[in-house]
Amino acid sequence: MQSKAIIITGHYGSGKTNIAVNLALELAKNGERVCVIDLDIVNPYFRTADFDSVFEENGVELVAPQYANTNLDIPSLGFDMAALLRGYDRVVVDVGGDDAGAIALGQYSQILKNFGYEMLYVVNSFRYLTSTPEETIELLRDIEYVSSLKATGIINNSNLGAETTADDVKGSAEYAYRCSAAAGLPVVFTAAKRELQVPDTKPVDMYVRPYWLED
Amino acid sequence: MERKLMKGNEALAEAAIRAGCKCFFGYPITPQTEISAYMSKRMPKIGGVFLQAESEVSAINMVYGCASSGIRCMTSSSSPGISLKSEGVSYIAGADLPCVIINVMRGGPGLGGIQPSQADYWQATKALGHGDFQLLVFAPSSVQEMADTVQKAFDLADQYRMPALILADGLLGQMMEPVAFDDAEIKFADASDKEWAACGHGGKRVHNISNSLYLKPDELEARIVERYQRYDEIKAKHTEAECYLTDDAELVITAYGSVARIAKAAVDAARKQGIKVGLFRPITLWPFPEKELKAACANADNVLCVEMSMGQMIEDVKLALECKKNVEFFGRTGGIIPKPAEILAKIVEMTQKGAK
Repeated sequence: MQSKAIIITGHYGSGKTNIAVNLALELAKNGERVCVIDLDIVNPYFRTADFDSVFEENGVELVAPQYANTNLDIPSLGFDMAALLRGYDRVVVDVGGDDAGAIALGQYSQILKNFGYEMLYVVNSFRYLTSTPEETIELLRDIEYVSSLKATGIINNSNLGAETTADDVKGSAEYAYRCSAAAGLPVVFTAAKRELQVPDTKPVDMYVRPYWLED
Repeated sequence: MERKLMKGNEALAEAAIRAGCKCFFGYPITPQTEISAYMSKRMPKIGGVFLQAESEVSAINMVYGCASSGIRCMTSSSSPGISLKSEGVSYIAGADLPCVIINVMRGGPGLGGIQPSQADYWQATKALGHGDFQLLVFAPSSVQEMADTVQKAFDLADQYRMPALILADGLLGQMMEPVAFDDAEIKFADASDKEWAACGHGGKRVHNISNSLYLKPDELEARIVERYQRYDEIKAKHTEAECYLTDDAELVITAYGSVARIAKAAVDAARKQGIKVGLFRPITLWPFPEKELKAACANADNVLCVEMSMGQMIEDVKLALECKKNVEFFGRTGGIIPKPAEILAKIVEMTQKGAK
């Protein structure tokens, strides 16, 4: 991942936000000045903006739309994408789910092309409407169409939430391979919960989790 | 059975399609919009109808029309949208028609907020519209249970010819959990098997009329009395509840839906401190599981009702217990989700008070 902008897209519930948070923290730990843009103007629940304290502790800047948990009922994207891309070593963009969420991305497509981007498409074989490679790639094409940007890679984030086992992750390799072949894109990495210790995967920590059950 | 990771809202929609729902009429509102979004993608593929109406009022009246024809149909909304539907719900109940309505509750009153709430308990169980009627009201507490409840709601609605309401909340609608669907084919009555359905008679029988207007008081009273006889049968046969560690409980928490899961975490924490506490979770809110609650509180002097509201179900709890137990309340509202630690603190406070 060398580009200035790392764009994370995918189906609702593919785990985009958790991947975006992990990537941002990893880049920050490598000494980069990182900004996360929460571009999800679709869903007011379970957002990158929920993790502002984690970002603050790790020196990651968060830019979020005035929307969820504010008194605005229409989201506003009041930031300057070009200025953020100039001002930071790296910008991680967490896009809303599906093509509906990716519409917000389209307005920045030219700026992102100018600065250079990677658009990573997060896939999860356990999600209902993207459980076959064909459905998965059909949705990717819709996202590319509305965002005027092309995906550059796939992140295999196949998981069953808190109940994911190492075998679930291992078993998703075939699906990821077929998605990759169907899309003509490389699998950049397969993500797995750190405690599962699955070989050849990128260990990720769970930031998006049922915090309402915790003290 | 293969498990898939689904949002609560998606599971509700998929379960409805599997239960034979052929028509969905909706209007978007957070936090339940994924139901409409899912239906818009899936319904055309199964030869069903997805229709985004121009308002909630239209959507429920489309349900009224569709239900008259005997076809399984559904609408969904969130709190303010459900209020808009209330006139139509009353008409559907008055015409004795089956349908399924989903309320993914958010904060109120008015436009309120978009975060989870349980402040529509009274509306759902007492008065979702004018007149003498009840709805079947179900309160699932997990994504899997939401999926399972939809089938039951359609079946009982058909059986008793009345609307059924699934009372979820923003947390349940938005959370993602693994779900398994039974792939066995679901059997249910066709419109043509429903003798009351206005589904075309080909001149072979007297036509059916769906109507809630009865200007002669004796006719209207007779309709209502007959309806309440059905309600009595439902009360006798279809109450449901889950009991968790209530057998030896000296303090019983009552909570439904997502809050019951948070309360369960608090019960586990309290048990670790040696406090004899259990959880009673009503699964049907109407009919309210009165006898089940009484049994669960057999050894308890104290009851704690926990809700994401200022206290609504607590009245049914007190009524069911005939005011023979000390019933206290803990709640958060306005979109704030109570934490296990807050419930635990209340448990400890009540236990210490009781010890004096």
